[in-house]
Amino acid sequence: MPDTPLIQMKGLRDGLLVTLGQAAWPVLESALMTYIEKNEAFFKGARLALEVGNQPLKVMELSTLRDTLSERGITLWAVIGDSPLTQNTAQMLGLATRLHKPAPPVETQPAHQPETAALWVHKTLRSGVRVEHNGNVVILGDVNPGAEVIASGSVIVWGRLRGVVHAGAEGDQHALVCALDLAPTQLRIAGQIALSPRREGDPHPETARLRDGQLQAEPWKP
Amino acid sequence: MSAKIITISSGKGGVGKTTTVANLAVALASEGKKVVCIDGDIGLRNLDVVMGLENRIVYDLVDAVEGRCKLRQAMIRDKRLPELFLIPAAQTRDKNAVSPSDMVRLCDELRSEVDWVLIDSPAGIERGFRNAIAPADQVLIVTNPEMSAVRDADRVVGLLEAEQKPSPSLIINRLNPGLVKRGDMLAVEDIYDLLRINVLGIVPEDESVIVASNRGMPLTLEGKSRAGQAFRNIARRLNGEEIPFLELDAQTFWERLTRLGRK
Repeated sequence: MPDTPLIQMKGLRDGLLVTLGQAAWPVLESALMTYIEKNEAFFKGARLALEVGNQPLKVMELSTLRDTLSERGITLWAVIGDSPLTQNTAQMLGLATRLHKPAPPVETQPAHQPETAALWVHKTLRSGVRVEHNGNVVILGDVNPGAEVIASGSVIVWGRLRGVVHAGAEGDQHALVCALDLAPTQLRIAGQIALSPRREGDPHPETARLRDGQLQAEPWKP
Repeated sequence: MSAKIITISSGKGGVGKTTTVANLAVALASEGKKVVCIDGDIGLRNLDVVMGLENRIVYDLVDAVEGRCKLRQAMIRDKRLPELFLIPAAQTRDKNAVSPSDMVRLCDELRSEVDWVLIDSPAGIERGFRNAIAPADQVLIVTNPEMSAVRDADRVVGLLEAEQKPSPSLIINRLNPGLVKRGDMLAVEDIYDLLRINVLGIVPEDESVIVASNRGMPLTLEGKSRAGQAFRNIARRLNGEEIPFLELDAQTFWERLTRLGRK
């Protein structure tokens, strides 16, 4: 199967990686489908990862593509792209956004997060949603059990935190996690992991941080 | 006529999706509406059993989609309620036999002929689920007052949000007021607290549900059971009526007496 300017394909250990070139999405989509139809037998039953460059993809576009592919027996499992919209879309649809799991944090090179723009999430994160961000994350809403937030900086939840949060995921020991109700399934800051104790009494805002290498929660006060 | 298409889903299996579909369909049809139920659980069908129509299947959903029969031929008419139809799933195929766009096409064809289309989604969040929600105007999520079922419901709500479907409504099935009162079962408020979606109905735990589904006679067809009443209320709420929730307090004999005395 010859590569075309719009479509390049290579084999991965556990499937196929298709890299799309630069063009409008409808053009790319139909080029991809033509390519697949020509090699129908080859693609049947395949696991496909799609690299889309900086193409911004909306939920409708990606879910339509996934359904069309699935009608031809092809499983779309990952969409790798540079556009934040595409990454967000892929995460919402439960698709992977990178081919390999990120390497575990290296403690030896902690870098304090500079004051960069935080990721603003104005909704409740439900089970199965994963938010990853290189920087700080502010969530206006709840983090439900089964949802994951992974940030290289701090995480602030204006709501109930009941899922999994990993702040300072790249080793930042100064990262904080604050929530109006801090009751995570599991909390990680840099390389430390803690389970939240059974709460007694009414919920109150709390901040978790590392003190002498130990994860500690204290009342959240300005 | 322009049918409203409703998908009943849950994520977790065994929470009562099929029972809910059968009972809502019967309740809507008893009010004179024309109702078609579609069993979306290809390969593991059982809506036909619960509705007692198993022995009348000639053609199924896959036959209709693949053009081996007309849609009308795959619709089994219920003898007890002439306005109630079932399109059964194929038992010898799998979920890949039908695609989301097939389901949309099929439901569009039904839209002009009936009042309600109820789709019984299979458990899980894979192909069968996506087939079932593709044509839906509204999704009802069935859950039990159990942590695992509520978590799965939350996942499904998240997936529906991702697909930009309108916000789903919740049916809490098999609530045992006695256990809730003792603090051994999640209360309605706990479930709402996590899911934050409109609660359309609460169905109490009721042994007669099992008896009824084994006999292929949906509960709402006859009688006085509490669960049957709850399903009828849900059907009326779907029709836009304002019906208060059943009072499900587990009352002791004395509490009931004092209450009577006060009236």
